[in-house]
Amino acid sequence: MAKIKGDILVNVERCKGCEVCIAACPSSTIAMSKEVNGKGYHFAMKVNNDCTGCMNCAIVCPDGVITVFRGKVE
Amino acid sequence: MEEPFVKTEIRKDENIVYKRTNLLVDRPLSYCPGCGHGVVHRMLMETLQEMDIQDKTIGVSPVGCSVLAYDFMNIDMLGAAHGRAPALATAIKRLWPHKFVFTYQGDGDLAAIGTAETIHACNRGENFTIIFINNGIYGMTGGQMAPTTLPGMRSSTSPYGRDVQTMGHPLKITELIANLPGVYYVTRQAVHTPNHVRKTKKAIRKALEQQKENKGIAFIEVVSNCNSGWKMTPVQSNKWMEENMFPFYPLGDIKVDGKLVEKKETVVKE
Amino acid sequence: MGELRLMKGNEAVAEAAIRAGCDGYFGYPITPQSEVMEYLMAEKPHDRTGMVVLQAESETASINMLYGAAGTGKMVMTSSSSPGISLMQEGISYMAGAELPAVIVNVVRGGPGLGTIQPSQADYFQAVKGGGHGDYKMIVLAPASVQEMCDHTKLGFDLAFKYRTPVMILSDGAIGQMMEKVVLFDPIPRRTDEDLIKQNPWAATGKPKDREHIIITSLDLDPAGQERVNLKLQAKYRKMEENEVLYETLNCEDAEYVFVAFGLSARICQKSMDLARAKGIKIGLFRPITLFPFPVKPMNELGKKVKGMLVVEMNAGQMIEDVKLSVGCSIKIEHFGRFGGIIPTPDEVVKALETQIIGG
Repeated sequence: MAKIKGDILVNVERCKGCEVCIAACPSSTIAMSKEVNGKGYHFAMKVNNDCTGCMNCAIVCPDGVITVFRGKVE
Repeated sequence: MEEPFVKTEIRKDENIVYKRTNLLVDRPLSYCPGCGHGVVHRMLMETLQEMDIQDKTIGVSPVGCSVLAYDFMNIDMLGAAHGRAPALATAIKRLWPHKFVFTYQGDGDLAAIGTAETIHACNRGENFTIIFINNGIYGMTGGQMAPTTLPGMRSSTSPYGRDVQTMGHPLKITELIANLPGVYYVTRQAVHTPNHVRKTKKAIRKALEQQKENKGIAFIEVVSNCNSGWKMTPVQSNKWMEENMFPFYPLGDIKVDGKLVEKKETVVKE
Repeated sequence: MGELRLMKGNEAVAEAAIRAGCDGYFGYPITPQSEVMEYLMAEKPHDRTGMVVLQAESETASINMLYGAAGTGKMVMTSSSSPGISLMQEGISYMAGAELPAVIVNVVRGGPGLGTIQPSQADYFQAVKGGGHGDYKMIVLAPASVQEMCDHTKLGFDLAFKYRTPVMILSDGAIGQMMEKVVLFDPIPRRTDEDLIKQNPWAATGKPKDREHIIITSLDLDPAGQERVNLKLQAKYRKMEENEVLYETLNCEDAEYVFVAFGLSARICQKSMDLARAKGIKIGLFRPITLFPFPVKPMNELGKKVKGMLVVEMNAGQMIEDVKLSVGCSIKIEHFGRFGGIIPTPDEVVKALETQIIGG
């Protein structure tokens, strides 16, 4: 049966690690990395495959670093 | 740097449902992590894109943290002197009545040094949109007391908290201007949760649509955070904002279609 | 020949603005220049040419309205008098920094402070040396008649757009208020928006898909960038000095002495010159018309031919500094001034010439 699933792509070099997306994610898909990016920020990343593509994280992201995908999977 | 969870098969261009608008210039924003400015910038630019009015829009940026807004918004813009954005916008709109004109101002700019320009542009019923970011502090100069700093709130020039006896009361300029006849639409919004962001975007759309009708000023206050100035993490600052700023600056429409709204929307915590 | 009319100086400025194709006037009432806006409002320029006239809430707002409109390439002006012009200095500095064209008329009154409403030339330094913060100049025109109030308004717009700079017309309460005959130039139609965009590709007029977005600002946080801005401005000022100097000489061919005076003082000196010549004194008059760029070279040349100069100003001695810088110390250069709103009489100027220069 086809299911609607989501995915996100974080522009890790632009992420400032503010964590606002974590609070906004209903499926606890996002957490902060242990590593830091070129600016020294921990960055947001996907930690499970529960993303529904709801866009909450991307909408609330102050730096607009998240691209959201949504599609059918078999 | 690799993510621990590999990309799914969904991650392909045809499945994109949300990405940063190209009406934002492709460069990092100069704002602190978690600052609401970035969201408001993006909502404004998304709205211009959806209305397809990039070529018909002239923006005016203030002095304050968003002084460089013109570096991020991919539209023609003018940087105003501190507080004077409504004067610039007045002249621009009068001379280019078919353009969409907005000012983007902070609390110090709009409600302290620029109070006269704000009130008079509003009272004349100029036909442009004011986007007012209220975070209760002077962010760019390093966290000094603003006209909107709450009673008892600490800042670098009210280090023991704002004492209203000696420092005066916070100015609710939004309620003040809502009473002016030249003002058509006044609303107070926030951008710290997805729901609030969506509402802010709707308000921006409504304001810009109304410019076509020559009805007068549309004024959108966005109560925002300043985690650097408030000395908190971004997430803490958003919580503090809900608990302290919203009771004093309640969210919701204040004036719609030229009429004051009687009952104000209550704050719903998500 | 254009239309002949009897007008006040302030009215001539207003009529000239309409005829020059000005797009907008933003101002605030102050004596002795309120007739500019009064005339404009009565003339309904919106019906005549489409020109916008708006009474602002302050001079601060007026100058920033100018900044906004000029940033979109529109041809705009304001007028005020000394205390109001002081309030405008912030905006003028921003306009100079952002390289925006506009005409600013200062119908000078006596200062300092609220001073008086009577004519004065005490704002020379403020107009010529910058006035606001930062290293900037603006072109300063000094009309000496109602005719020049009209002509300089048009010239001011031409120069403002030629150099993308604010231009000041430094008049005074007497020239603003007095009535004289004026030959008005034929009206020039206002530019269409299409022409404006073509002629001013630097202006913020709304970003089409095929060009970069335009930013009008005086800010560059990078000191190297800000130095480049300054160097560009300085190069522009040197060009103005090369190309735009205007002055007038009278009876300088055989002169042993000269009066140096601008604006109203030069009118008074014309009479003083007649009185002195009747006494056998070989005196001429040098009148700078552009105060910036100052006529340094012709001043210097004249300094080599004459024995002494009396700089006559309605202030405590301001332009005399530029005269001395232009001429040097080889001859006697003295200042005679009345201030606080007092206009010198031709007789007292002659007496000053006799005591300070010839007999001194």
